[in-house]
Amino acid sequence: MPSVTANAFTTSFLPTWCPGCGDFGIWMSLKQALASLNIGPEDALLIYGIGCHGNMYDWMKTYAVEGLHGRALPVAQGAKLSNHKLPVIAICGDGDCLGEGGNHFIHAAKRNPDITVMIHDNQVYGLTTGQASPTAKAGFKTKSTPEGVTDEPINPLTLGLTAGATFIARGFAGDAPGLTDLMMKAIEHKGFAVLDILQPCVTFDKVHTYGWYRQRLYQLDKEEYKPDNKLKAFEKALEWGDKIPLGILYKEDRPTSEDLEPALSGAPLKDLPLTIPNLDGLFSEFI
Amino acid sequence: MESVTWKIGGEAGFGIMSSGTMLCRTFSRLGYHVLATNEYPSLIRGGHNLVTVRIATQPFESLNKDVHVLVALNKQTVELHKEELSSGAIILFDPKDYEWKQAEFTKEVKLIPVPLADIVKEQKGDPVMRNTVALGTTVALLGADFSAVDSVIHDQFKRKGQEVIDNNIAIAKAGYDFVKTNFANESSVNLGKATQKEQQMIINGSEAVGVGAVRAGLKFAAIYPMTPINSVITFLADHAKELQLVYKQPEDEIAGINMAIGASVVGVRSMVATSGGGFALMVEGLSLAGMIETPLVIDLGMRPGPATGMPTWTAQGELQFAIHAGHGEFPRIILAPGDIKEAYSLTVDAFNLADRYQVPVILLTDKYLNESQWSVPKAHLAGDVVIDRGNFVKETELSADGSFLRYDLKAGGVSPRSVPGMKNGLFYANSYEHDELGHVTEAADKAAAMGDKRMKKFEAIAKDIRPPTVYGDSEAEITFVSWGSTKGPILEAMKLLNAQGKKAKLVHFTWLFPFPSEEVTKLLSPITRLVDVELNATAQLASLIREHTGVTITEKLLQYNGRMLYPEEIVEKVLK
Repeated sequence: MPSVTANAFTTSFLPTWCPGCGDFGIWMSLKQALASLNIGPEDALLIYGIGCHGNMYDWMKTYAVEGLHGRALPVAQGAKLSNHKLPVIAICGDGDCLGEGGNHFIHAAKRNPDITVMIHDNQVYGLTTGQASPTAKAGFKTKSTPEGVTDEPINPLTLGLTAGATFIARGFAGDAPGLTDLMMKAIEHKGFAVLDILQPCVTFDKVHTYGWYRQRLYQLDKEEYKPDNKLKAFEKALEWGDKIPLGILYKEDRPTSEDLEPALSGAPLKDLPLTIPNLDGLFSEFI
Repeated sequence: MESVTWKIGGEAGFGIMSSGTMLCRTFSRLGYHVLATNEYPSLIRGGHNLVTVRIATQPFESLNKDVHVLVALNKQTVELHKEELSSGAIILFDPKDYEWKQAEFTKEVKLIPVPLADIVKEQKGDPVMRNTVALGTTVALLGADFSAVDSVIHDQFKRKGQEVIDNNIAIAKAGYDFVKTNFANESSVNLGKATQKEQQMIINGSEAVGVGAVRAGLKFAAIYPMTPINSVITFLADHAKELQLVYKQPEDEIAGINMAIGASVVGVRSMVATSGGGFALMVEGLSLAGMIETPLVIDLGMRPGPATGMPTWTAQGELQFAIHAGHGEFPRIILAPGDIKEAYSLTVDAFNLADRYQVPVILLTDKYLNESQWSVPKAHLAGDVVIDRGNFVKETELSADGSFLRYDLKAGGVSPRSVPGMKNGLFYANSYEHDELGHVTEAADKAAAMGDKRMKKFEAIAKDIRPPTVYGDSEAEITFVSWGSTKGPILEAMKLLNAQGKKAKLVHFTWLFPFPSEEVTKLLSPITRLVDVELNATAQLASLIREHTGVTITEKLLQYNGRMLYPEEIVEKVLK
């Protein structure tokens, strides 16, 4: 039996999210998922971006880096390469990870580090009081798009698939048990796991409410869907509107960036000796 | 001759750079002092490439304006460089390119036509191997035995197999024999006896930074390619397996610095390297390192800006940028090597200082230093290295009562560091203003206290600040002030001035920030004639000196055309 409980992650801080915010569901599910995997506060490193999601670190007791807006994934990769035994989870926002950090997301996916990225996908910038995020759907009226969003939205699932992520899933902040399960599977996946989490913003989005989502969401694993085919995963990832799929869309085994580093075949970099035993070998090329 | 300067020029892709390196190795192994610089445009094929090699029996610090041998792999090389030649210089050329005549030169030259292409053809070599013929002819002209270059060619091509080695040696030998047979009496550039008894390395500034980094225990580097720091990448990537380190090519410099910060947070010595444009992208990350007090080493290889500027040329334009880079206020340390030995030792220092004070340390290098190759005694880079990781806690020292405070205010500026994964060492590395554990705070008193904590590092660092090094005559009538790689030409200029009876000295800064105010005030205030020498337009060191000491340097020798100064130019300017 796991000895870690969800309460182990409690801090002296209370959440500052708006009442009803989807972040609560994500937070509860994350605590439960880590506890179920027996990962305690000192056993993992969580890297957060900047945004409503990122404020979670204050009430989530783990080793953490609350970095810069959009830069969680590079920090996570540097940390993972330097201690590949340490579970590293990136907690990101949609604007954070797909706007400012879009390039990092693509390149992380192509490298396939053993990192899980959980994207709080609510279509808005909440912390700056309600501008459109990169995932905002066309027509969505926000403070920065009073006539409605004119751009195509970024789809984190198809983007992750094309870039080379080896685990693609979608969860819903209003479905704690299902989300917990997806988080556990994402963390357990060896490789770059993208978990897009649909999250109603109760303050700045009066369209995509819990009710709006609940009318449309369905579970992939209740159908005869197998997440082993990239083209079929694309079809599912593109479904939006009356029916929106939840669950694991795609999963494959591919060596991680850590697997492919010769220096990481044994102990983590952080535990290796700092001195060079054979200077002559190193210097011979310069003679 | 006690000193010979040789130039080889031709189109990019002619193997100009590797000829220079092999010539350096040949004469370094024989015990000569050697320096090679390169000049090339920012492209891969075509365009004009030039390598200049100075070889001397006695130690020297830079090139000078004498040019004794010009090897021309095309007609353009002679056209571009004939005015730089010393009187009586040798021009080695292939008559198939162009039949040069004395009448086409304003000074006396010795024309040595060598059928470079025909020799390659006879030896069944690739046309590009004309540079290897040139290498053989050069060894003959300089009066060395062929055996000296034989082993260098062998080492250069050993990865490519015996056939390639044999072919190259045969081609070089044919060039050597051609000179010995047809110009048997040509001895004007025969070198005097070599004096260096110690084993030497041929190494460029970037490689010296790389050696310093790995000797200091570098384990992680994330470096986006950019001239002039690409040799650091090659060095680290080539040695990643054997030295058990990770070099990762990031998608951009922003990712690079954030990766290096991630590595450092989990306890690994990490670095990035870039030039001005890449550093501009890193600035946000620099501020993060300052805020979360994460050690980090940044090699900032300067080249002329603004914007893309002149990528393959040299400059010293980023001193003030490095000092002021980053939003918000936080301490950083800035060092600037002026030669290979300093590039190596300051890199080792940079890692220790970064850990000791938990701050970013910026090494200001430049294209001239990074890509020029020097002969240096192996011992300069092989001595014992002291590694100081600063205030790292051990897991066994941490108490289970949750009392560990990563940003402990009582610890003075530099608080104890744990790493993720340790029992009882939990912390938050928080880019927001934070309390002692790393939780966010916007409380006025806590914010001020944490700001004070970071700023207290300036006091702590003061213990380590190094005053500038003074070279030359204490009774000097001219005192040069410099930082970085202008050091070499200034030291050579001082020799020329001395020969004319003018006493000169150099105040050379390797430690630029935090600025050694007190020592410099004492040092410079009594001096009547100060000459600031910099490769920028705004006299950035002079303004730093004025800011911190009140000393105003009115006489400035500033050059910002991408070129290194020659000693003769410095002499001319100060005697004017």
